[in-house]
Amino acid sequence: MARMTMIEAVRSAMDVSMGRDDNVVVFGEDVGYFGGVFRCTQGLQAKYGKTRCFDAPISESGIVGTAIGMAAYGLKPCVEIQFADYMYPAYDQITQEAARIRYRSNGDFTCPIVLRMPTGGGIFGGQTHSQSPEALFTHVCGLKVVVPSNPYDAKGLLIASIEDPDPVMFLEPKRLYNGPFDGHHDRPVIPWSKHDLGEVPEGHYTIPIGKAEVRRKGSAVTVIAYGTMVHVALAAAEETGIDAEVIDLRSLLPLDLDAIVQSVEKTGRCVVVHEATLTSGFGGEIASLVQEHCFYHLEAPVVRVAGWDTPYPHAQEWDYFPGPARVGRALVEVMEA
Amino acid sequence: MSDPDRLSLHVPEPAVRPGGQPDFSNVKIPKAGSVPRPEIDVAPEEIRDLAYSIIRVLNRDGEAVGPWAGLLSDDELLAGLKHMMTLRAFDARMVMAQRQGKTSFYMQHLGEEAVSCAFRKALNKGDMNFPTYRQAGLLIADEYPMVEMMNQIFSNESDPLRGRQLPIMYSSKEHGFFTISGNLATQYVQAVGWAMASAIKNDTKIAAAWIGDGSTAESDFHSALVFASTYKAPVILNIVNNQWAISTFQGIARGGSGTFAARGLGFGIPALRVDGNDYLAVYAVAKWAAERARRNLGPTVIEYVTYRVGAHSTSDDPSAYRPKTESEAWPLGDPVLRLKKHLILRGAWSEERHTQAEAEIVDAVIQAQKQAEGHGTLHAGGRPSVRDIFEGVYAEMPPHIRRQRQKAGY
Repeated sequence: MARMTMIEAVRSAMDVSMGRDDNVVVFGEDVGYFGGVFRCTQGLQAKYGKTRCFDAPISESGIVGTAIGMAAYGLKPCVEIQFADYMYPAYDQITQEAARIRYRSNGDFTCPIVLRMPTGGGIFGGQTHSQSPEALFTHVCGLKVVVPSNPYDAKGLLIASIEDPDPVMFLEPKRLYNGPFDGHHDRPVIPWSKHDLGEVPEGHYTIPIGKAEVRRKGSAVTVIAYGTMVHVALAAAEETGIDAEVIDLRSLLPLDLDAIVQSVEKTGRCVVVHEATLTSGFGGEIASLVQEHCFYHLEAPVVRVAGWDTPYPHAQEWDYFPGPARVGRALVEVMEA
Repeated sequence: MSDPDRLSLHVPEPAVRPGGQPDFSNVKIPKAGSVPRPEIDVAPEEIRDLAYSIIRVLNRDGEAVGPWAGLLSDDELLAGLKHMMTLRAFDARMVMAQRQGKTSFYMQHLGEEAVSCAFRKALNKGDMNFPTYRQAGLLIADEYPMVEMMNQIFSNESDPLRGRQLPIMYSSKEHGFFTISGNLATQYVQAVGWAMASAIKNDTKIAAAWIGDGSTAESDFHSALVFASTYKAPVILNIVNNQWAISTFQGIARGGSGTFAARGLGFGIPALRVDGNDYLAVYAVAKWAAERARRNLGPTVIEYVTYRVGAHSTSDDPSAYRPKTESEAWPLGDPVLRLKKHLILRGAWSEERHTQAEAEIVDAVIQAQKQAEGHGTLHAGGRPSVRDIFEGVYAEMPPHIRRQRQKAGY
């Protein structure tokens, strides 16, 4: 076992995959010689050569479009979209092409690609470097959507994504790259080296896509979260003293509905947390599933905590980010309901 | 103080609208045989003028002339003629089938048969096309079974795509024909990616991208040219300029640039313009570009100058936006008649044999249609299962889709 940051874990996943399979190629803006603006691909070009890890023009539709063509040929491209906020020029290629090639050709052609993209706020990135567009992907049939919350999962899930026969949107919460950020922005960053899930095997392993994980066992209320908000939810549970069960979804599509239902049936209460904007966010889907499947177990309305329905502001970042205080208030609210 | 000059917006208009006299005097047609054939490894900047000319082989008398002539044997040309005739007969039957309600939609190739039929012959087995909806000649010329095409068009129980895709959006990896999306221009950059993959793997295969004049305005077209140029991808970047994008004349997408081919020049990609109604010229230019790609010399842009004689689709009526007789005035003639004339001149064909071949081809198409209709048509007979809606979204069906399939009763 080694200690890794989430950046190192993601890099290790690509390294292991490229070492095992010559068909895995990595490209994107600044990912080649320089190793990516977040350094996730550092050293891969030197190790595997510039035809397997290279810089791409600033053209997301071109990056995704060529990746689709490469996948049709038989390669397994794992490409980087520099920020999730930059994926919109590629949205046509993602939704109408990658997601449907298997279906429309009845399996004659397939599209095993991975789009890695840093997601979420917390780094003063303003409205074009802080977005969480996962619901724009979960609404598209044919895609898989994965959001890891720690280095161990990030590596296992990324290897699983690269080996998956279908297109995977792999959203990396950028505020988690260097430590398990719990929303207390005014406190020193705790590094992954001090966290259990910063222990990462150096070799190959996978974590199945579609399986959630319980991060904190509890009996009072179920908190459903993913990515950065998992750590925020854990902090809120500790700080309120409410015995919350915190579920880390890890994969939004496919979704581990059984894990959600099992927990909510036990606790009878549910809070859904995400950083993305509230309206038509993925939390709406989860709340709806909970009422469909657990209605007679519920003792309080399902509450959602999310980013405000505004663009992500710059100076007011910490008034926007749904931190532990806001999640804590929601926990109290469902307990008192 | 004097009034400042006021601005005005320029909106291009075609030369003629319905009711007017068709006029193609703006299409400059060089003499057949007059455009030089450069060496395969020529530097793009040395042949910039080829993006503004038109490479032609067949002259008005039906003779093959000039440096691009002489590549095809009698037998190959006869096969090409039959492919074009087959595509035309196939189209005619399928347009009729659409009128009879046997399918929802059809798109024909009338006047453009040479482009896809001749191009296919410049490729090798294993090469990959990323076609639009008007290149079915790629399949016909590769002997893909007509019955399979019709099964797809009729969305019947034997539809290889299980009723999921619009008619004519074929897919055949085996025949080098990437699944048609129906979405415009997206496949152009995918072809570049496929070609890059072939180069990454040190393979020998090349790709061909296809786009229409109107869709070159999409950003994917420009992304494709950037990637093709940057990585010198072994890809042929085909632009079929058939003058009309539904009701919009080609000047709206072309803007101020002289030709569509000229778009390639800014990317440092050699760009050739060819008579798209001349089977020999299409083949010769495609072969030149294919050889260039195979020798790792990178991409080539080819603009096929042709004319869409028929409607855009069965949902379109061109008389609403262009003169009814415009196709008769098209100066590059009919691709089938031009090749027929050439073959007769060569002594390899005759009027009698042509009439007989026409009858045989129509008969073969009718036989295929009978066989396909035995498997059903859109609203009658055998059809794909409701179960097929839910299959194949993913390699493995996730639980939520399984629940929905069960809800649908399957």
